[in-house]
Amino acid sequence: MSVLSISDLAVTYAAKSGDVPAVRGVSFDIRKGEVLGLAGESGCGKSTIAGAILRLHSPSTKIDGTILLDGEDVLAMKPGRLRAVRWTGASIIFQGALHALNPVQRIGAQINEAITIHQMASDRGAQVRAGELLEQVGLPSRRIDDYPHELSGGQKQRVMIAMALACSPSLVIADEPTTALDVMVQAQVLRLLRSLERDLGLAMLFITHDLSVLVEVSDRLAIMYAGKIIEEGSAKTVFTSPVHPYTKALAAAFPSIGDVRFRRKPAGLGGDPPDPQKIPSGCPFHPRCPVAWDDCAHIVPELWAAGEDRRASCLLAEGAPATSGTGASTG
Amino acid sequence: MKTEELQEQPQPEPGPLPELRSPRQITWTRRRLALSRFWSRYRRSPMGVAGLVILLIFGATAILSIFADQSTLSKVAVTEADIAPCTFRELPCPPNANNILGTDADGRSVFWLVVHGARMSLLVGLVASVITMVIGSLVGIVAGFVGRFSDTVLMRMADFLLVIPWLALAIVLASIFGQNIWVVIGIIGFTSWPGAARLIRAQTLSVKEHLYVERSKALGAGSWYVISRHILPNVMPIILANAILVVAIAILSESALSFLGLGDPLRVTWGTIIEEAFSRGATSIGAWWWLLTPSFCIVTVVLGFTMVGYALDEIINPRIRER
Amino acid sequence: MTEVTSEHPTSLAGEPVIEVRGLKVNFTGRVSLLAGLTGKKGADAKAVDGLDLTLHRGEVLALAGESGCGKTTTARAIMGLIRPQAGEVLYEGKPLSRNLRAYRRKVQMVFQDPSAALNPRQTVYEIVAEGLRIHGIHSGPDGQNEEQLVARALSRSGLRPPERFYLQYPHELSGGQRQRVVIAGALALDPEVIVADEPVSNLDASVRGEILDLLMKLRGELKISIIIVTHDLGLAWTVADRVAIMYLGRIVEIGPAEDVLLRPEHPYTRALLDVVPEAGGLDRPILTGEPPDPTRIPDGCRFHPRCPVVVSGRAAELGIEARCKGEDLALRELAPEHEAACYESFMRHESGGATV
Repeated sequence: MSVLSISDLAVTYAAKSGDVPAVRGVSFDIRKGEVLGLAGESGCGKSTIAGAILRLHSPSTKIDGTILLDGEDVLAMKPGRLRAVRWTGASIIFQGALHALNPVQRIGAQINEAITIHQMASDRGAQVRAGELLEQVGLPSRRIDDYPHELSGGQKQRVMIAMALACSPSLVIADEPTTALDVMVQAQVLRLLRSLERDLGLAMLFITHDLSVLVEVSDRLAIMYAGKIIEEGSAKTVFTSPVHPYTKALAAAFPSIGDVRFRRKPAGLGGDPPDPQKIPSGCPFHPRCPVAWDDCAHIVPELWAAGEDRRASCLLAEGAPATSGTGASTG
Repeated sequence: MKTEELQEQPQPEPGPLPELRSPRQITWTRRRLALSRFWSRYRRSPMGVAGLVILLIFGATAILSIFADQSTLSKVAVTEADIAPCTFRELPCPPNANNILGTDADGRSVFWLVVHGARMSLLVGLVASVITMVIGSLVGIVAGFVGRFSDTVLMRMADFLLVIPWLALAIVLASIFGQNIWVVIGIIGFTSWPGAARLIRAQTLSVKEHLYVERSKALGAGSWYVISRHILPNVMPIILANAILVVAIAILSESALSFLGLGDPLRVTWGTIIEEAFSRGATSIGAWWWLLTPSFCIVTVVLGFTMVGYALDEIINPRIRER
Repeated sequence: MTEVTSEHPTSLAGEPVIEVRGLKVNFTGRVSLLAGLTGKKGADAKAVDGLDLTLHRGEVLALAGESGCGKTTTARAIMGLIRPQAGEVLYEGKPLSRNLRAYRRKVQMVFQDPSAALNPRQTVYEIVAEGLRIHGIHSGPDGQNEEQLVARALSRSGLRPPERFYLQYPHELSGGQRQRVVIAGALALDPEVIVADEPVSNLDASVRGEILDLLMKLRGELKISIIIVTHDLGLAWTVADRVAIMYLGRIVEIGPAEDVLLRPEHPYTRALLDVVPEAGGLDRPILTGEPPDPTRIPDGCRFHPRCPVVVSGRAAELGIEARCKGEDLALRELAPEHEAACYESFMRHESGGATV
């Protein structure tokens, strides 16, 4: 059974300059024990989805579609039920963890907070649980009485992970959990997340712009562009043999060392990600697409089949309807 | 924009542009755009517009009073005709058809006294504010930008002035230098710069740490260039918004000093009107108009300046704006 | 792994442009007033601790390492933005302290965060013209006026037509365009050298390639030498001719990119390469411990407390453990132009190149 099942999710922010459609129809499932990597550039809507799952957006934000968490519709929940679900059903590891801890509270107390709010244990029990959690994320339990400033960046991120696990949620959302960390520490944290996911059978939604990180930790990958998923499939195949030209460009931004194709040849896309209020017609990617042809400007692509267990919203995908164009030869 | 990027070089130099020819024109276009953007944002603040209307009314009054017949402004009643329908014995005369805001104990029209006082009160406020901000900006920018020793010395001086009770200091200074309107302005100006200096120092410190200052230095800029092109333009809005708030404080301070009898006895300000009304027993004889009219003016003008100041601050300080 | 040679596509490497000799930069530790009164001293952070580096004309040199290794401090010292405690930076053989102003025309910087490097109150035109105005340049070598120089710099950095950008403010531009404006500001002064501090790490992934491509073209067509400071070895692979790996304020390995990245000598370089994210890469060893602390530099090889060769006991087996822990060491050339500072590598090469 899917831990999280999202279908036709659309999130529209209300801004002074008009509505901003940040997410425009996104569907995906995450099963128990599975990590879904959600990749995309700033403004593509990936973090908006994270907020929508826990309904963290302000009331003026319009959310359509369904979000089923353990089979229960999050969007239909009453406020009391929603509070109960936050953290026990799904928790978030935020980006910029370095500032998310309260500097004047011991870390044990901060971990306990989530446990006692949800009355999962007595104060004494919570203290024991906090110690266990610290051990679980690779910190000695004696550090429970430390203040955040006594920890290094990587250790703080571990505390954040412990907090996210405090109420044994079925889904953990990791929103750019390693972006602010150094390369070496990033590798340590990624390894920790991966082993926790295996040991606890968590479902995890892992959000970042760094495709190479996602390939390491995810089972499945979904690439977002302009508020929609444009390619999905198993992590390895999406990264190594992308179908959508945008995925290709993203993958090329993280070349593997030793690959002669990239030696002294940095590859990139012209142009910039589109403004959510001015999304181009047809395929939203066509103005930047190196292989676009006429049809791309007016055919709105869907997620068509693109090989085994893969889908891509590009006219180059196998399952795409035939068009008059000839771009396929260049792909 | 692919490979031809540099290969087009050397391309024919672009000819003179149709609209923008010189850097100066560009600068002016930019300023005009910035100003109109600023105004359109300001217009949206009801508080700012209300404050501006108040200030325009009082400002116009103060300026127009210069052209009015000076003798009518503070004319002491000579005959009872001057103060009709009251008699000398009935002074101060309550509001009536001839004197809509009544008269004082000398038969002078309170309306004209207040108009006359507007000029002096606003002048005191503006000049004192300019003095405050000039000293405050200089001290704040030097302390913040140069730092080290000068920072320590200047800020200790500021702290020193801040911890002395302002009123006590003002009373001492006024008794030393005598009761003259310029002395009052000077006292207010020279005692209220530390607050401004601290604010501007803080802003300078934060601007100084910006990467664009580093970029400017990496380009080869000296301190003077960095201060004039990067620090000042970024500190200026705060200086201006603060200056406007200081005007309000200065007007209040002047009234306070005048009320304590330390004002200039030869000039009419709102403070001296209140002081006179008070000392001549306006409260005991129930001459509310004599006391309340100048008080109302002070409160309204201070409110006007404060409203404009806050509206400016809201536009200038983006963090507040986002809320 | 594919065998890749270190041949240049075109022979660009020429005489030295910038030479750094024995550079040392300390940051004095801050102490609280109370601690200061009781005579305590803050620990000095040796951000750069004896660094030698040469940048050749027309080459792209990547300076890589973890945060706190001193790579950004080195870049700032090269720019003359911080004064070193010891050592000197030579530009075309002359110390830069003598002629800082002229030097700053020739050596330009590109910053990590273009949004912060641009004054929000200035238009693109003013930003690009800033260098010209600072140096009082009113006309170009071919008699161009200021506006033409600005237009040329903007179009060289890929912002075309340039007039369209003159009146724009930084916040109206995308991240990639902002970085191009920063580059245009540098190009306006016709520099010989560009020091780029993590030039793409704050940019969207799809835009990075374009900016790197632009830098490569500046090298290729304007013969600008480039130092790129980066934590990303993949980026070094795509752009650099030579790579220098820094650890705790020193270079521990330097050489042609192919040699350093494909045939690393120093265990630290290997460790860095192991954590470059890649599919299935999580099974490789990761150094334990936190980033090194420049206030407490270990004796001997400064990497030894984290070094897998020492920790695994292999150093003891080889009989070099005492030297690793106690004797400071300098770079040694192990292959043509490929230098590293590691006793184990020294030994391996002395014994005739037996591999690990």
